[in-house]
Amino acid sequence: MNGLKRNDFLRGLKNGAPICLAYLAVSFTFGLLAENNGIPVWIATLISATNLTSAGQFAGLNMMILSASLYEIAITVFVINSRYVLMGLSLSQQLETEVGTVKRIIMSLFITDEIYAVASAEGTKLSFPYYIGLATTPYLGWTIGTLTGGLVNSVLPQSLQIAANVALYCMFIAIFIPPARKSKAVLVCVAISAGLSCALYFIPGLNKISFGFRTVIATVLSAAITALIFPVKERVGTEETNEKNAEEIE
Amino acid sequence: MKYYLLCVLVMFIVSFLPRVIPMVFFRKKVKNKFFKSFLYYMPYAVLAALTFPTVFFCTDSVPVAAIVTAVALILSFFRLNMALVAAIGVILAFGLGFLF
Repeated sequence: MNGLKRNDFLRGLKNGAPICLAYLAVSFTFGLLAENNGIPVWIATLISATNLTSAGQFAGLNMMILSASLYEIAITVFVINSRYVLMGLSLSQQLETEVGTVKRIIMSLFITDEIYAVASAEGTKLSFPYYIGLATTPYLGWTIGTLTGGLVNSVLPQSLQIAANVALYCMFIAIFIPPARKSKAVLVCVAISAGLSCALYFIPGLNKISFGFRTVIATVLSAAITALIFPVKERVGTEETNEKNAEEIE
Repeated sequence: MKYYLLCVLVMFIVSFLPRVIPMVFFRKKVKNKFFKSFLYYMPYAVLAALTFPTVFFCTDSVPVAAIVTAVALILSFFRLNMALVAAIGVILAFGLGFLF
């Protein structure tokens, strides 16, 4: 039994290595951006160690830089992370029945798009040791990458530091454009959301709304409208997510 | 500093809850079609709302940011890896910064 568990763990470690490499690059940018905007390196590293989520913590960092209220940060980051509800639901059903509550709590700390995608490939044979093996190097890569990015930034010239601010938005674009190309519904959703967000920013009177709530209003309205026009088919939601994530890893 | 630490705590809580609640409490599938669809589209919606229009004001120059945005859109359309899109965007913004 112990041998089997160890094998599962090692197999997980191996499958997690490519995710670790990808995370190093992205989290390096996170540390760099944080330091760039006056957030201490150790705070950025602490965020990475406790959050382990790209879009969510990037958005949170963005709002910390803009000195948003805790309330706004909570809602925005929660909205972004709400996709983990689906992944958590999906993983929860894949687990072997004897996996207890404590193990489930530990596992939930490491749910990310990529870790979820690889773990879901296990089907109903997903085990705790495999999952922990899978999550180990991405977690370390994410945390260490952030620290390194933050430490390196202070030696970069000012003009490059300003240029580095576009990194975040380029990454956001690279996340939502490929699925928008593939699915008309996602394209419609993204277009409505971007349009609403711009409208709330530029239209006189409306532009008194803070950044955080502008984001939440645009998000909730566009996702609700898209959900009404293009309801996802039975079970398609998680399957498409799997497919999308599998592609991202390749 | 206290603000930063509170932010970290708040972000941890709202990152942890959506992950842990379904893992521990909900072992059945979501049935409501609208809610499922809403959850499915939400991440894309939030990323688009975060990007626009903020991206245009994130450097010293709106034209530079607009060009970088256009290039990022094109590269992403051809499914370039997100770390590469980000790296090219930064290099481009750095180069164009001398022109505008």
